[in-house]
Amino acid sequence: MDDVKIRLLQTLEQNHRVTTKTLATMLKLTEDDVKQMIKEMEEARIILGYVTLVDWEKANNNDNVTAIIDVKVTPQRDVGFDEIAERICRFPEVKGVYLMSGAYDLSVIIEGTSMKKVAFFVAEKLASLENVQSTATHFVLKKYKQDGIVFEEDNKDHRLVVSP
Amino acid sequence: MSRPFIKKDIQELPSSGIRKFFDLASGVKGVISLGVGEPDFVTPWHIREASVYSLEKGYTNYTSNCGLPELRREISSYLQRKYGLLYDYNNELLVTVGASEAIDIALRCVLEPGDEVIIPEPCFVSYKPCTIMAGGIPKTVPTWEANEFKLRPEDLEKAITQKSKVLFLCYPNNPTGAIMNRRELMEISRIVEKHDLLVISDEIYSELTYEGEHVSFSSLPGMKQRTILVNGFSKSYAMTGWRIGYAAAPEEIIEAMLKIHQYTIMCAPVMGQMAALEALKNGDEEVRKMAEQYDQRRNLMVNGLREIGITCFEPKGAFYVFPSIKSTGMNSETFCETLLQEEKVAVVPGNAFGECGEGNVRCSYAASLEQITTALERIENFVRRHKKKDNVCAVR
Repeated sequence: MDDVKIRLLQTLEQNHRVTTKTLATMLKLTEDDVKQMIKEMEEARIILGYVTLVDWEKANNNDNVTAIIDVKVTPQRDVGFDEIAERICRFPEVKGVYLMSGAYDLSVIIEGTSMKKVAFFVAEKLASLENVQSTATHFVLKKYKQDGIVFEEDNKDHRLVVSP
Repeated sequence: MSRPFIKKDIQELPSSGIRKFFDLASGVKGVISLGVGEPDFVTPWHIREASVYSLEKGYTNYTSNCGLPELRREISSYLQRKYGLLYDYNNELLVTVGASEAIDIALRCVLEPGDEVIIPEPCFVSYKPCTIMAGGIPKTVPTWEANEFKLRPEDLEKAITQKSKVLFLCYPNNPTGAIMNRRELMEISRIVEKHDLLVISDEIYSELTYEGEHVSFSSLPGMKQRTILVNGFSKSYAMTGWRIGYAAAPEEIIEAMLKIHQYTIMCAPVMGQMAALEALKNGDEEVRKMAEQYDQRRNLMVNGLREIGITCFEPKGAFYVFPSIKSTGMNSETFCETLLQEEKVAVVPGNAFGECGEGNVRCSYAASLEQITTALERIENFVRRHKKKDNVCAVR
């Protein structure tokens, strides 16, 4: 991929809410070029979406719990881990699925409205899947940082108002 | 009645125009400041962490007067890697308390009373007072937007007299954002050679060059032996508060600077030196990332100001734009004071950087995208409200 597209992606990743006009100015491109490139990359699914990171706890709207499940599975002939991973992905409760190296195979991130519901989901839906050998559930107690963003960061500008 | 305790020179020395404006701006609540001469980034964590670690390990003592040998070795290899410069870390490098100290002691060890120092303006606020305090006579040379704020050889020639001894160069420039390329610096170097001048080249913004490569003056043919290269960590690594800078110069000059440094400063703080060491070893990637962000903001700022109808030279380095506000009919100070009061945006009057800066203001784009965007909106409101009457007629 060319350098311009990479720079556009890096900029978008940090500032997806700025207008295409602003993006164009920042990168010294024309707005049409920016729009075109974004469209192409969306169609090619290089750009998969634009995510908002919310601190739901602060929004006083959080009874949700998050759990990270270590899943051991039996890989299948021809498709390896892909088929089982895809099956797991289909559940809306599942927020993330990663194939891991090490002691287990898949790391599955689940969000539910209560611990009970998550546990139930693991037992009923996940562990019961064919080829799943075992699961180990870890509940998240507190989120400090996600996607490069620290939840409670002191962003105070300590600089003097005017300096040489 | 008691006698005056303050000596005359210092009594007569004006305090910085920035200081005056700082006092004004500090009193206003909710200000968006584009008046800051330092990065808005916090020092990268790995650098801070290295300093904390050094404290934990008990590095709390004096270092060698000229700075930690490991740090000088890293600086030396940095200068070689970047500009092909060969400085012996043992006797041609001195670690100082910021680039500011380097400038001060450089002047103090070379100026005889009455020696003239040529200072292209607009420029950083300390060159002139430091010259005066060192017993020299500042001879300013204006630079102009029409010439991209570069120092023209003919203007330099005109300023040279029998008494000229030092020439200041500061590119990328604070406050204009001007840079000078190899060819342009070569022309300057010929004049420097012809008139046997010493150059103090303040290259503190060297890493923040957005078009072309930074050229270190000292790397030009024959210039190493007549250049005091001043640089530091403040701007490139977002380390302003650490106060670590350095000077690279011929042995004889470093030795002289060291005399002043050892009696007045002793050594730069060790925790800062430890941080600087880490910065040089592992900081390249962070520098690149920050420079890229500044570059994007620069484009946003220049474009934004031009859309408002403010003439603005496109800076090629540092993190300032230096637009002309003459179209508003106000002078720099009135513009800044009124803008501050009415729209709560702080920018610095151009005349704080020299008389020829009158008619311009310095806006720093070391600020977040949101701050820049909001500041531009406010400036637009302001400019529209204050458009000179005759301009309005002309448009009609």
